[in-house]
Amino acid sequence: MIAATSWLIPSLLPKAMHIPDGFLSLTIAGLAWLLSIAALAYAITKTNRQLGEKQVPLMGVMAAFIFAAQMLNFPVAGGTSGHLIGAALAAILLGPWAGMLVMTSVVVVQALLFQDGGLIALGANILNMAVIASLVGYLVYAIMQRMLGGRAWVNLASAFAAAWLSVFVASLACAVQLGLSGSSPLQVALPAMGGIHALIGVGEGLITMGALAFITATRRDLVESRPAASQGGDL
Amino acid sequence: MRNKTWWIVGLVIALAVTLVSPLASPWPDGLERVAEDHGFMDAEAEPFYEIIPDYVLPGIPSESLATILAGVVGVLIVFGMALGAGYALRTRGPEGEAR
Repeated sequence: MIAATSWLIPSLLPKAMHIPDGFLSLTIAGLAWLLSIAALAYAITKTNRQLGEKQVPLMGVMAAFIFAAQMLNFPVAGGTSGHLIGAALAAILLGPWAGMLVMTSVVVVQALLFQDGGLIALGANILNMAVIASLVGYLVYAIMQRMLGGRAWVNLASAFAAAWLSVFVASLACAVQLGLSGSSPLQVALPAMGGIHALIGVGEGLITMGALAFITATRRDLVESRPAASQGGDL
Repeated sequence: MRNKTWWIVGLVIALAVTLVSPLASPWPDGLERVAEDHGFMDAEAEPFYEIIPDYVLPGIPSESLATILAGVVGVLIVFGMALGAGYALRTRGPEGEAR
């Protein structure tokens, strides 16, 4: 009875959830922190060399939009919802390194201020949603651009694929962390996380395409000036 | 659109998105669904402290309004943080270039 009606009662609404503390072992959480810090240190160095003045406000706008959009859970299937990550969009527009910093600011504020994601698990949430999702999204987009050229439909198709795969791979990374932590066996966590996020990734793809189309229509120069993307990637 | 106009429009769009945040799906998200279905939801530890838990600003009677205001607070803070990071790390020149 409670399960059947709880969705009607606003105060019982479950909200978006990043990895809370308790799901990961201290070893895995610590390892994720180390990997995230290393990636962010590199991202800061690269951004310091690549970021143009014109892209500075875009970093703020991207972080603002991604934070807001992450609050908008959309239903997927079987009483499950999903929400945007936004890393592919940020990486396509800003390059993977500035995109990573934008995503990190979002995930850090969510943990520190909104208790969305644990403080010990924050390293893993940064690793999955900022580092891995940005790199995967950027690489997929850059590779498809190089193979298919920069026509308008290619841009949108690449954005969809980049967004979908960024979510899928990030969810697998989370599953591996859960598996290695002993929360859920890998043979359970991998298909469960991958399966549901294959659906959520479709939403990510559609939102990413829409946002990119809007930005292309209003400010083509921002899309074309993203760091080194037209050269197929400068990692 | 000029750069300044554009980023103001972008920020306004982000703020506008928070207005529909009370309409977000209440269903558990992907990770929560997996944790419930596979029996490790109970492992979730209490947060060390709470400031704006569950994206509901405390002390506001209307939960919808509290959610929107929580969104506005978050949007403005991450906007400032990312803008600050970009400002601190930018290279001179509109396109960015290797120094």
